[in-house]
Amino acid sequence: MNAVLQVENLRTHFFTKAGVVKAVDDVSFSVERGKILGLVGESGSGKSMTGYSIMGLIDAPGKIVDGRILLNGENIIGLKHEQWRGLRGNRVAMIFQDPMMTLNPVLRIDTQMIEAIQAHEKISSVNARERCRAALVRVGIASADERLNSYPHQFSGGMRQRVAIAIALLNKPDVIIADEPTTALDVTIQGQILFEMQALCRDSGTALIWITHDLSVVAGLADHIAVMYAGKVVEYGSVAKVLDAPLHPYTQGLLASVPSRNRRGQPLKQIPGMTPSLLEIGSGCAFRERCPYRMPDCEATPPLSPHAAHRQVRCFHPVTGHSA
Amino acid sequence: MNAAAWLKRATKSALSFGEAPRIESPLQRFWSDFSESRLALIGLMLLTMIILIAIFAPLISPQNPYDLSQLDIMDSKLAPGEKSGAGHTHLLGTDDQGRDMLSAIFYGLRISLGVGIASTVFALAIGLFFGMIAAYFSGWVDTLIMRVVDIQLSFPAILIALILLAVLGQGADKIIVALITVQWAYYARTVRASALVEKQKEYIEAAKVLALSKTRILFCHMLPNCLPPLIVVATVQVAHAIALESTLSFLGLGLPITEPSLGLLISNGFTYLMSGKYWISFYPGLALLLTIMSINLVADQLRDVLNPRLKK
Amino acid sequence: MLSYTLRRLFQSGFVLLMMSFLVFVGVYAIGNPVELLINPQADDAERLRATIAMGLDKPFYAQYLAFLGTASTGDFGRSFVFNVPALSLILQKLPATIELALFATMIAVVVGIPLGLIAGLKPDSFVGRAIMALSIIGFSLPTFWVGLVLIMFFSVHLGWLPSNGRGDTVDVLGIPVSFLTWDGLTHLFMPAFNLALFKLSLLIRLTRSGTREALLQDYVKFARAKGLSNTRVIGVHVLKNIMIPIVTVIGLEFGSVIAFAIVTETIFAWPGTGKLLIDSINQLDRPVIVAYLLVIVSLFIFINFLVDVVYSVLDPRVRLGAQSGGGH
Repeated sequence: MNAVLQVENLRTHFFTKAGVVKAVDDVSFSVERGKILGLVGESGSGKSMTGYSIMGLIDAPGKIVDGRILLNGENIIGLKHEQWRGLRGNRVAMIFQDPMMTLNPVLRIDTQMIEAIQAHEKISSVNARERCRAALVRVGIASADERLNSYPHQFSGGMRQRVAIAIALLNKPDVIIADEPTTALDVTIQGQILFEMQALCRDSGTALIWITHDLSVVAGLADHIAVMYAGKVVEYGSVAKVLDAPLHPYTQGLLASVPSRNRRGQPLKQIPGMTPSLLEIGSGCAFRERCPYRMPDCEATPPLSPHAAHRQVRCFHPVTGHSA
Repeated sequence: MNAAAWLKRATKSALSFGEAPRIESPLQRFWSDFSESRLALIGLMLLTMIILIAIFAPLISPQNPYDLSQLDIMDSKLAPGEKSGAGHTHLLGTDDQGRDMLSAIFYGLRISLGVGIASTVFALAIGLFFGMIAAYFSGWVDTLIMRVVDIQLSFPAILIALILLAVLGQGADKIIVALITVQWAYYARTVRASALVEKQKEYIEAAKVLALSKTRILFCHMLPNCLPPLIVVATVQVAHAIALESTLSFLGLGLPITEPSLGLLISNGFTYLMSGKYWISFYPGLALLLTIMSINLVADQLRDVLNPRLKK
Repeated sequence: MLSYTLRRLFQSGFVLLMMSFLVFVGVYAIGNPVELLINPQADDAERLRATIAMGLDKPFYAQYLAFLGTASTGDFGRSFVFNVPALSLILQKLPATIELALFATMIAVVVGIPLGLIAGLKPDSFVGRAIMALSIIGFSLPTFWVGLVLIMFFSVHLGWLPSNGRGDTVDVLGIPVSFLTWDGLTHLFMPAFNLALFKLSLLIRLTRSGTREALLQDYVKFARAKGLSNTRVIGVHVLKNIMIPIVTVIGLEFGSVIAFAIVTETIFAWPGTGKLLIDSINQLDRPVIVAYLLVIVSLFIFINFLVDVVYSVLDPRVRLGAQSGGGH
């Protein structure tokens, strides 16, 4: 397997006054060159924190307590600060959710782009600027020269997100982590950006981790999908398989709650109950309180175990026989 | 979403298994929030003590410092801990007229706190009134009031108070007037800002639809919702008023010598500083510092607790 | 930009006119200077002569108009006490006050911003807490009392620093300054530190809260995600953002530094305008009080204007707003 990034049993906990919050608790997945992984979950399921963990951007009171993150086969957990900094924005880049907030309002676009290159290589500002211009053109920004001299507030939300994408692409990273980058945008712009990101990654061979709560986005975009619930990956597999035949009751519930043309006129299904607090979450399957197929053995914590080829599920009773 | 917001949500809003959420009264929640800071609790304790001392000064002072029959010029400028001719020990020494400094400080606290609180209460009432009027009526009324507020706030309080006192002369009533004049604008601005926010809310719309009278909407509906930020400003302003009063008294423009606030006591001791008799100035200043600091500590925590932006 | 500047100038003129009236009304009500200045044994005729000589016999509005007329040419009358033009008296003392205020502001900036930054970056560390505790104390210390304690300690007890006056001065472009001579510097240090203390605490808190807020912003996280060094994230991304409110506050507070110089100058016998004002109030030297206030008001208006300009340079979002006519 040609995995650029492998995450194995990652655990990131936050040590707060109220107790330990297990934001990321045993997360494993891998992404291949040029492929797209959809990391799906509700807010608070730990998907963003997984992204930050890979970036090495977990601040106190948070800490990666266990697991391995293999970038091109090398474990990056335990790297010195300076070494990890050298990877950030260089081998692994990240794009954030709200484009109105990610660019520094008081710095010009060229400043913010050139510094991203110069943080990783010795290059003259003139040459760096030329690369920035090219990057802007690549993400579809017209009159890039002029735009370089602008400030963020002179751009629309969609344009700003394109700039953020251009910045992520600057150093030709191996992996880009996109944390709900289209959620804050208009639907039409969303579509454009999804399409362009897909093309850019395929062309450059960059692996993409697309974090989202929106299954319909992942359906059209990703190759693989990892579903997260309460800090754990509960299901992993190719998009087609997971969406067609979900194994975990949570994935099933999630799919049932997406509006569909085929079920027009019928009331939307919803998953009963609420996401559990990640504070001092006890043992046992975290979904059991809301699960329609709950059994006595669910009081033990299920492992993420292989199920058929290239599929994994964290459930003692995967939904194979009793389909909804 | 940033990590801090995420953490708050993860720890607070979601319910944990089995455990029912504990319901607290608003006052209980306020207290549990407030007492989170140990520093604020120390401030509150100190402040309570100071207020009690001010109230009961005549009962707990070793001596009535302004009863001339109790003073003996022979006891003047005794160092802290020295005994007077009559055998009293002066813990903090005596001043140039043989006055026990500890008693003078207790009485001075009374005057300083009294002036600070009185001026704050009046300034609060005036500022509240104009701020509400400005927010509710908007238009030229608002423009006029806020212009005056803006212009006034662009000048340092001490300068305005100084000139006013130069015009009015000395006296407790006059310094209170001066302090009210420099303070009301802060309240007016704070009230207007929060009232403008409240005005947009639907409950005011609802009150209007019910055809309630304007005064009723203003003072029964909007006012209570504008109070939290005002409480914070008022606490800070009491400290400012006390500091300002003592500064003006120190400059000889505040209270007359017959009503010696802490500032005046400090000013009185200034003359003897050069000859090493530090205690006449030093201890009243320390009392002043502790008073202002305890109020500031309480105000700091109040601001954090009452700030809706930091909640949830 | 031009129309904006013009409107600002017009507003400033209006404020100045209003202040001149208020100041005049206020000062008009202060005592009767004749009583103070002439011999207590003087007879009524002599009193009248003095009253007429000072123009105090005319009705109020006539005095104000006469005052406006002469004030517009920079003539605020002669000091009753020193018998020299009031304005020249103020201008002669002004450099000492400005020097003191600038030096105090410099101390506040040079010490306050780095300390605030440290406290903001490590709010829960011992150092961060210690800095905050210091700033709370600095905030609560009455300026004049600190002055006394400084004198007590450094002048009386240790005998290191002189407690009054400006010390030796050197003329720079015809203006006497203290900070260029060693003697002057030793005289300047204590009053400047005294005056700076409050602003120092203010800057610490402002920088700290600004830093903490900025650190939570996505743009800081994004900057770190780009692989920038900590130095660059803090030195450029955080600092440039928090400088906007800080510069505004420094500018606006400069006026209050000058006002508080009144207290500091009185304590350290610093021969500036503040001490002159207190002396003039005590001696009912009306023209000097009026001249002082109007000079200070003009100075404030000028500073406010300067702050607005600097603000628009620092914050790119404001530049366009000013053109489209946004006042504040």
